[in-house]
Amino acid sequence: MNNEWLIIFFLIGAIFVGVVLILSGIIAPRSINPQKFEPYECGIPTEGGTWLQFNVGYYMFAILFLVFDVETVLVFPWAVVMKEVGMAAFIEIVIFFFILGLGLLYAWKKHALIWE
Amino acid sequence: MPFDIYDFTSFTKWIDTSLENAMSPFWTTVTEMAIAGVLFILFYAVVGLFLVYAERKVCAFVQNRLGPNRLGPYGIFQTIADLIKLLFKELIPIKNADRFLFNLAPYIVIIVNFMVLGAIPYAKGLHAIDFNIGIFYIIAVSSMSVIGVLLAGWSSNNKYSLIGAMRSGAQIVSYELSVGLSLITMVIFAGSMQLSVIVEAQRTGWFIFKGHIPAFIAFVIYIIAGTAETNRGPFDLAEAESELTAGYHTEYSGIKFAFFYLAEFINMFIVASIAATIFLGGWMPFHIGTWEGFNRIMDFVPPFIWYLGKTFFVIWVIMLFKWTFPRLRIDQLLTLEWKYLLPINLVNVLIMAFIVLMGWHF
Repeated sequence: MNNEWLIIFFLIGAIFVGVVLILSGIIAPRSINPQKFEPYECGIPTEGGTWLQFNVGYYMFAILFLVFDVETVLVFPWAVVMKEVGMAAFIEIVIFFFILGLGLLYAWKKHALIWE
Repeated sequence: MPFDIYDFTSFTKWIDTSLENAMSPFWTTVTEMAIAGVLFILFYAVVGLFLVYAERKVCAFVQNRLGPNRLGPYGIFQTIADLIKLLFKELIPIKNADRFLFNLAPYIVIIVNFMVLGAIPYAKGLHAIDFNIGIFYIIAVSSMSVIGVLLAGWSSNNKYSLIGAMRSGAQIVSYELSVGLSLITMVIFAGSMQLSVIVEAQRTGWFIFKGHIPAFIAFVIYIIAGTAETNRGPFDLAEAESELTAGYHTEYSGIKFAFFYLAEFINMFIVASIAATIFLGGWMPFHIGTWEGFNRIMDFVPPFIWYLGKTFFVIWVIMLFKWTFPRLRIDQLLTLEWKYLLPINLVNVLIMAFIVLMGWHF
């Protein structure tokens, strides 16, 4: 099969959601009541905005993720040709993982892996 | 071989040629795509509804209850009734929400599901898109669903939603690494990323048996990380009911809520079917070495049944996780990933590479 089938699966998803939403829009009841449109939090009016600065811990993990995810992208092509290239490929990946491991160790020692 | 009577390639070929005789090439393609589309939507809906039912039954089984048992035999129509109820519920446009992103989020989550489902081999010849980078494609696309989750949480303008989305983002993003690395271990072993090639290579024995101890370690890590990636089981703190009401989909009502719910279950199905395809032999029957009689009997079971059986076995294991383990805290969750799974995984990849190099596998 060809790669243009990707577009089809994109369209299937979009059509599925769209049609069901339209169907639901037709048959679902509608009643206007200003209280219903309030955010579902505690029952009392919401205090303060939601779109504000957030805990920096998430940011640290996002950066670590970026490092290791790019590494995953690099390792995939290596994994496919590993058998053919042989020992040279193995030694290279050992060196690569050693450097990567040092990075992880550094983050560990810097307490970047501890949630606070 | 009796195995070949279940080959779908000739069947799809036959449809293709008979359509080509009837109309122009363009309309042939359009018709085929329409057929595939309808089939996939049906498959999606049936699997989603069945999994919701199965989840409630497994939960009841673990907690020594009966579960849904009123609607139809053993309550199998319960989820259909739930779906109809959700269709009739009002869609509430909440105040202060970012309207565009709020409506976009369900689309992203569902579209990602369909794009991954299309790349999974269901049986010989029942395989919509067979890339030579199959595994890579699946990892890349399935990690897009985190965008839908983050958009849903952020655009709702609700504190519970935002916290839920942030947690879920950190969690999916972290466990993505373990999923990727454990699949890399198997790519080294198979020497290919094409899913049909990987399944074909397991004709003589499933990878979990052929690949020695590293394959087994990779399987265990994959199941743990996959459970975390679907926001399920002991890792469901993105929607911890007791602290965050419903997490990132707190503000979604009616059928929009159903989309997120369905996508979560289909994600579990996808994780399980990748585990079945790569570790447990996909649609390949179970064979034992030279036991000719046994192997022939196994060949008579259709490959699609084998595929579904293995997938539902993995799903059953994942469901048992959810109902038997207590929920992790977020620091425990991140510690498990970054201090245990990731280093073990890196070493495991090296061991697997060494074993393949030395030819020490079966």
